[in-house]
Amino acid sequence: MTLIAEAEAETRTAPPRRSRRPLGDAGVYLAALVVAVALLWAVAPNLFTSADPLAVQPALRFRPPSADHWFGTDQLGRDLYTRVVYGARASLTGAGVAVALAVLVGAILGTVAGWFGGVTDSVIGRAIDVVLSIPGFLFAITIVVLLGFGVLQAAVAVGLTSSATFARLIRSEVLKARSSNYVEAAITSGASTFAILRRHVLPNSFTATLALITVQFGIAIIWIASLSFLGLGAQPPQPEWGLLVSDGRNYIASRGWLTLWPGLTVVAVVLATNHLSHHLGRRRTP
Amino acid sequence: MTLLTVDDLTVGYRGPNGLTPVVHQVSFEVEPGQVLALVGESGSGKTTTGHAVLGLLPANGQVIGGRIRFRDQELTELSAKGRRDLRGRAVSLIPQDPGVSLDPVRPVGAQVEDVLLLHTDLDRAARRERVHELFEQVGFTDVERRYRQYPHELSGGMRQRVLIAAAIAADPELIIADEPTSGLDATVQKQVLDLIDELRARSGTAVVLVTHDLGVAADRSDLIGVMQGGRLVEAGPTARVIGTPEHPYTRKLVESVPSRIDRRPAGRPSGDTVIEVRDLTKVFGRHTAVDHTSFEVRRGETFSIVGESGSGKSTTARILTGLTRATSGRVTVLGADVTALSRRGFRPLRRDVQIVHQNPYSSFDPRFDVFDVVEEPLRAFAPARWPWKRRAAHEDRVLAALEAAALPADFAERHPRELSGGQRQRVAIARALVLEPTVVVLDEPISALDVSVAAQILALLRRLQEDRGLTYVFISHDLAVVRAISDRVAVMSNGRIVEQGPVQDVFSNPQHEYTVQLLDAIAGRDLLVGAR
Amino acid sequence: MRRYLIRRLGQALLVLWAAYSLSFALLSALPGDAISNRIASPDSGLTAESGAVLLRYYGLDQPLWEQYLRGIARAARGDLGLSLHTAQPVQDLLADTLPSTLALTGLALMVGILLAAVIALAVNYLPSARLRGLFAGAPSLFASVPTFVVGILALQYLSFTAGLIPSVDDGSLTALLAPAVTLGLVIAAPLAQVFGASIRTTRSQPFVHVLHAKGAGEGYIFRKDVFRNSSLPVLTLLGLAFGELIAGSVVTESVFARDGVGNLVVGAVNTQDLPVVQGVVLLSTTTYVLVNLAVDVACPFIDPRVLVGVTS
Repeated sequence: MTLIAEAEAETRTAPPRRSRRPLGDAGVYLAALVVAVALLWAVAPNLFTSADPLAVQPALRFRPPSADHWFGTDQLGRDLYTRVVYGARASLTGAGVAVALAVLVGAILGTVAGWFGGVTDSVIGRAIDVVLSIPGFLFAITIVVLLGFGVLQAAVAVGLTSSATFARLIRSEVLKARSSNYVEAAITSGASTFAILRRHVLPNSFTATLALITVQFGIAIIWIASLSFLGLGAQPPQPEWGLLVSDGRNYIASRGWLTLWPGLTVVAVVLATNHLSHHLGRRRTP
Repeated sequence: MTLLTVDDLTVGYRGPNGLTPVVHQVSFEVEPGQVLALVGESGSGKTTTGHAVLGLLPANGQVIGGRIRFRDQELTELSAKGRRDLRGRAVSLIPQDPGVSLDPVRPVGAQVEDVLLLHTDLDRAARRERVHELFEQVGFTDVERRYRQYPHELSGGMRQRVLIAAAIAADPELIIADEPTSGLDATVQKQVLDLIDELRARSGTAVVLVTHDLGVAADRSDLIGVMQGGRLVEAGPTARVIGTPEHPYTRKLVESVPSRIDRRPAGRPSGDTVIEVRDLTKVFGRHTAVDHTSFEVRRGETFSIVGESGSGKSTTARILTGLTRATSGRVTVLGADVTALSRRGFRPLRRDVQIVHQNPYSSFDPRFDVFDVVEEPLRAFAPARWPWKRRAAHEDRVLAALEAAALPADFAERHPRELSGGQRQRVAIARALVLEPTVVVLDEPISALDVSVAAQILALLRRLQEDRGLTYVFISHDLAVVRAISDRVAVMSNGRIVEQGPVQDVFSNPQHEYTVQLLDAIAGRDLLVGAR
Repeated sequence: MRRYLIRRLGQALLVLWAAYSLSFALLSALPGDAISNRIASPDSGLTAESGAVLLRYYGLDQPLWEQYLRGIARAARGDLGLSLHTAQPVQDLLADTLPSTLALTGLALMVGILLAAVIALAVNYLPSARLRGLFAGAPSLFASVPTFVVGILALQYLSFTAGLIPSVDDGSLTALLAPAVTLGLVIAAPLAQVFGASIRTTRSQPFVHVLHAKGAGEGYIFRKDVFRNSSLPVLTLLGLAFGELIAGSVVTESVFARDGVGNLVVGAVNTQDLPVVQGVVLLSTTTYVLVNLAVDVACPFIDPRVLVGVTS
């Protein structure tokens, strides 16, 4: 027994406590709250604002943030807070579609490659390597050329790009489970291949995949917003966070709020999802 | 003058609930040139005590009370710099597990040179010269080439020699040897211990030998301190402690040493042949793991395959249980030729052939509780049912299997994580028994366990065999254990069986030179067997 | 060693070939004949003779596999085709914009590595647990802030409000600094995380404990054991970080209005100028593959076990 193991064994005998850092838990709750609010914005924006995100009111142009207009108004007099709330739908559904697509494609390719091995594995493995060696954002841009501009197209592009990441993770998880002693023990217990896949391999790959899903959700929000920022995603007048920042950039010299609030919204939501995923990852490792 | 005085030492680790003491008021003395063996099972605090002397506790470790005096210096009062100056120069360490104790990306010579760089004024050439000299002392030839080699190019025994060279580089007065031979084969273990003995005799260095192996302690020490639960329960001259142990725990330890466990009566009746192996060969790439071996196993007996790492014994076990396919030869299990069977083809046989692994914990799905683990073989051979019906249908058999492995029924609801090593191995045995098989392959089933726990598992295995007429194929590197449980034994080396026969013949009248070497390497053989 | 090199080189070539084929397949999957559509479109801004040059060059009357083979042969010679927008050779367009992007990514790489090293060392060696925790949070913060937000806010506050840096690229170093830091943050996050974690793992290794037992101090141990052992994963990640840099430069150049490869590709996407997009993808993949090749060549010098394939 090593010294470290001895130290760990001793501290382990103490009854486990939920958490030694109440502040850490508070962070998790806060992050969950931010994500929940953003999701509600996307599902039911009219609960949070009564204004119309597309209503042009020239008389109210460039109003700085106030009690009436929390985030101020833009060059057409539209309420920026309303546009940010409605923008959640484009950004979050986009990220959701992207991650769902990535998980679907990645899980199929990864499981097939990891379980069957041999030639199947080498072909899929090489293909994954190639996709991963093209800088991801450029790959997504290339797909956008093919699909055209729009939030959904951007989401598909981002999803296809990150499916390689999922495929690689799931493949390695399946491989790890497949070569593990407990799968070997299941074989000697007489379990069939199908039963082993269903009872051991897939459930044990799931937790790692879940952690990656939350990470990739944050990345997808950033990428879709970045594509929109570049003019390659959402098209005006649709409210979308990246596009809102891009719209505001012409006025940053004097009307900073136009970029500041949408920008901070993206940061808050992504920070919150990353924090949640970090928390999930930590819970996973005992 | 006493070299090392440990007085009332108490050491604790900071955990979530504050400081927990793990070493309680330990006191001992070591005179120059003496060897003190600290013996104990895992969690006894022996390693922590050894490292506290070096002043090298993990970040959450702390000396709570007591004193450690080295010559005339109070180590507990020394500054960090003062202790660094002492470490490596006056007190050095021979670590356990040579496989991970050398930096993989630096040549081994440079790692011995560290000590000289830190503690001497020698120039580059002189340091190099000294390392070569040290390498010669630890038995290396071609020392210049060795200097430039990386750890992965050396065997385990050679790595330990490098670490010994580093430990003696600055002529220390005291060496802390922390399980210096764990993970090494018995014959290599003997060489390494002989080397430490020889160097010590030459230089008069004192040694604190931390070990779980009472046999090693008996062979190599002047004094023995027995530790249990963080306390030094008995200390005294080696011959006295082994010969007339006073503390009940010491007595239990002495009795648990495999060489002292009663041998089973010779010539137990055995039935028909259940496993027949002819000319079995398994080749991995260019490496021949098993090379034309032949043996047979009869119903109701224990057939042991003994050998050191890389001898091919585990590969043989995997072929018998259908986890690996043979390259050539013929393997018949219960009348069925399994040589060419696929995994699916082997499945019906698994009702009758089960295996218990060396490391039970890793053979349990981390998401399963004990019930799920033991139930798995039943599920494999039962028709599909709804989960709520299934659990009830299997409950009786699972609980019966747990009972057979001497585990209380409420263990079914627990997670293997909460169990001790011995309890986990009992769960693995219950899983192997739940289908009521004929043959059980036991692959090093007790080598990861503490001696007293190992003795209990061994007793359990014997009782199960008598009650159920099981046939065992027992794979082990430990001759003393093999002697205690087997009817017949085969000695394997480099993929070949060099000798096989009834256990008493092989042990009392070995025919092959390799068997003789293995027997010689059993630690504590003379003292313990002679003491009876 | 030689066999290892040849294998790595073979893999690199394979990846390049596959990347070319993939982008060719993607782009030829576009509905209709992209090139004729482009030339025929009234807002392409092409003169009649440029259109003729393009048609001849791309040989659209040839079967698809012949276009593919020709394309590969040309790409191997460094000829990446003609822009559908200006009929200029793509490699010339790249050559014009590359220096600016190289300066940006080069400086960003240095900023990123420096930042990552500071964070990784601080997380492991600062005496106060509170301070260590503060630095430990930095990488996930960096990873959560989109480049365009950092860039815009930097421009807004440092340039317009405080007037510290020029708002347009005037070729000066100060004008380069803000975009380089913006871009450096992107790669600092993963580098710091991996470097910090691998220092931590290395320090808990038994061989480091043994070096402690030899009487060495933290400085000696860092120099001899920790630095080398923990730099290997960082080096491997550096290849990946390079891909991130290239991608990040697209957004950064757009924010700071710099004429680089990134802006070139955004413009090309907006005008559906496929050969330019393909050229940029190939260029960045090549860079990425070359960097990784260099990393692979460097690895055995740091860890000799790589050659015998026993790294755990």
